[in-house]
Amino acid sequence: MTPAAKWSAAADAAKATEAAEATEATEAAKPARPAKPKPRGIRQTMSDLHTWSGLLAGWLLYAMFLTGTVSYFKEELSDWMRPEVAWQAQTDAGEVAQRVADHLGQVAAGTSQWSLTLPTERSNTASAFWRMPQATPGARRTFGSANFNPATGQEVKARDTLGGEFFYRFHFQFYYMPVIWGRWLAGFCAMFMLVAIVSGVITHKKIFVDFFTFRWGKGQRSWLDAHNALSVFGLPFHAMITYTGLVTLMALYMPWGDQAAYKSPAQRQELNMQVNAFLQPGKAAGVAAPLAPVDAMVREAQARWGKDQVGRVTVTNPGDSSARVAVTPGDGSRVSMSPQYLLFDGVSGKLIEVHDKVGPAAEVRGVMYALHLGRFSDLQLRWLYFIVSLAGTAMVGTGLVMWTVKRRQQLPDPQRPYFGFRLVERLNIAAIAGLSIAMAAYLWANRLLPTDLAARGAGEVNVFFGVWGATLLYAMARPARRAWIELLWAGAAVLALLPVLNALTTARPFWRSVAVGDWVFAGVDLMLWALALLHVMLALKAQRHKPRVKPARKAGPRAVERAKDDAVAGTGTGTGASAGTGTGTGPGPGVAGSATSAREGA
Amino acid sequence: MSLTIPAVVPLLSRIVAAIVGGYGLAALFSVAVLALPMTRPQAVLTGQLASFALYAGAVIWVFAVRSAWRAWVGLLVAAAPLLLAAGLVTRGGAGL
Repeated sequence: MTPAAKWSAAADAAKATEAAEATEATEAAKPARPAKPKPRGIRQTMSDLHTWSGLLAGWLLYAMFLTGTVSYFKEELSDWMRPEVAWQAQTDAGEVAQRVADHLGQVAAGTSQWSLTLPTERSNTASAFWRMPQATPGARRTFGSANFNPATGQEVKARDTLGGEFFYRFHFQFYYMPVIWGRWLAGFCAMFMLVAIVSGVITHKKIFVDFFTFRWGKGQRSWLDAHNALSVFGLPFHAMITYTGLVTLMALYMPWGDQAAYKSPAQRQELNMQVNAFLQPGKAAGVAAPLAPVDAMVREAQARWGKDQVGRVTVTNPGDSSARVAVTPGDGSRVSMSPQYLLFDGVSGKLIEVHDKVGPAAEVRGVMYALHLGRFSDLQLRWLYFIVSLAGTAMVGTGLVMWTVKRRQQLPDPQRPYFGFRLVERLNIAAIAGLSIAMAAYLWANRLLPTDLAARGAGEVNVFFGVWGATLLYAMARPARRAWIELLWAGAAVLALLPVLNALTTARPFWRSVAVGDWVFAGVDLMLWALALLHVMLALKAQRHKPRVKPARKAGPRAVERAKDDAVAGTGTGTGASAGTGTGTGPGPGVAGSATSAREGA
Repeated sequence: MSLTIPAVVPLLSRIVAAIVGGYGLAALFSVAVLALPMTRPQAVLTGQLASFALYAGAVIWVFAVRSAWRAWVGLLVAAAPLLLAAGLVTRGGAGL
């Protein structure tokens, strides 16, 4: 976990110059004007910028990173959260499309558009959404949606849940607030992240040298080098994921060029064609005509792109003589999200248009978008995405913890830290250790809430936030160090017991999933255990963290014990905050604080 | 940590310059790009794609220079040609 961790730790390390530690930063600071207090070195100002932009957006960024990370497995998670939907082997895409299309004719009768996503090896069901026929012209557009059994074409009846989609949506638009506000807030945080990354790189001047430096068997020095190499290694990914995250919503954040260039929706169509494969329904002719067989169109697309490469079928004005059908490749087929589709006449079934090229800027956008979502990945690459993203999460988490670690040494009275310090300390505990518990609680709620509960899907989400809030209360009520340890253990427990709960409450326990080869279900169980293990390691690390204090040795064992408890927080915690000790900035985190209290104890 | 009142003002000034000024500069850039010789959809997308890099760069600049005044002056100097180009593409209008 420490890789990225370290990076922020190292960047922050330079910041510690104020703490009167002789660091690289001061050595490098221009010696020309040592006495003048006002103008400060570029690395010093960048270090401040790094610290504050990182801290202020840090809690939300941590949540965005972690929920975004698990979203790389959102399809699997969604299946796991609908255990009623039986696992089944893949069936022919053309047949599935036809079956569901037949069914949609009844379910979504009178719609001007429906769009069907075919099942993949990662997702059990076909899903579709459609425009609700408008009651009065000009009324707000509403959509219906449903999941379909690929084998029968019947609508799937499963418990009401948002599934993995909740984490995915939360990571860029949050919840309990209008979607647009949430997206602006996420964009604001992402810009803070981008600034923190750039200023962090400037702060950490030896970043490229460190990348090629590894001194074996030099004790702490070797740890430092390993940390730096690993964290710098993750840096391109973190920078990429932050920038591409902004790109996914850039039309919202930077609409000005668009608004200056186009005056009407009709003009804007040439831009939409470059970024969106989604067909806008034209005016219906009003002449009834049956929809041509969809399976033939899917087969034609399969012949072009490959058997498993068809992702979506969208129909506009079905049942009308103006019907159009667009067949789109799946996200897994290429590293770009720019639009590509085959357009068919919905009545004759003839291929009208092959849309497979966009302009260079649009292609850059498409590739950046795809890089962010990672949907092109096969299983191995998806895991790599997951792990590196987790490292990015750890980077944000350790950065937050570093803030308290640095300041703990300078507290005038370690027993009574000032308000801002306590605030950051407690928010860190809830934002990091608490979030894991809340996310696990969401899955617990999925299994435990009665299936006939009204607004059950929203109920699961309420449990998520309720538990998250409870961890904050807990973090405020307990000594910080104890709160870290206890909440990390609690997180490990609720994660580890989830597969057990699954075995007790569904007919699909782990061993049965393995026996039938259902790796979506078995995989989620395994991942939960792996994450539980990770929390055990973090909890042990937090517990075992012994502040290395020289003066403390003179004090009695009881005082040392107490000092350890008081030394609190930041220290051992979170994702490898021991990184803090390895930065070469001198004494590690809790050291100064515990030294003081130990002295007091003696 | 002991910020006196006069010390806070330049800091606030920089924060505003970074967040608001930086965004303004990036927004202006995303319009000015329309003056480049490429098709309109590509120009619009290029402006959007590059705007965040410019925004981040502006924020870094604002905090890197020696005084808050220089930060504002730098932003305005960078904005001037962009404003000209943006004015041209929006046909003599004042841009945004």
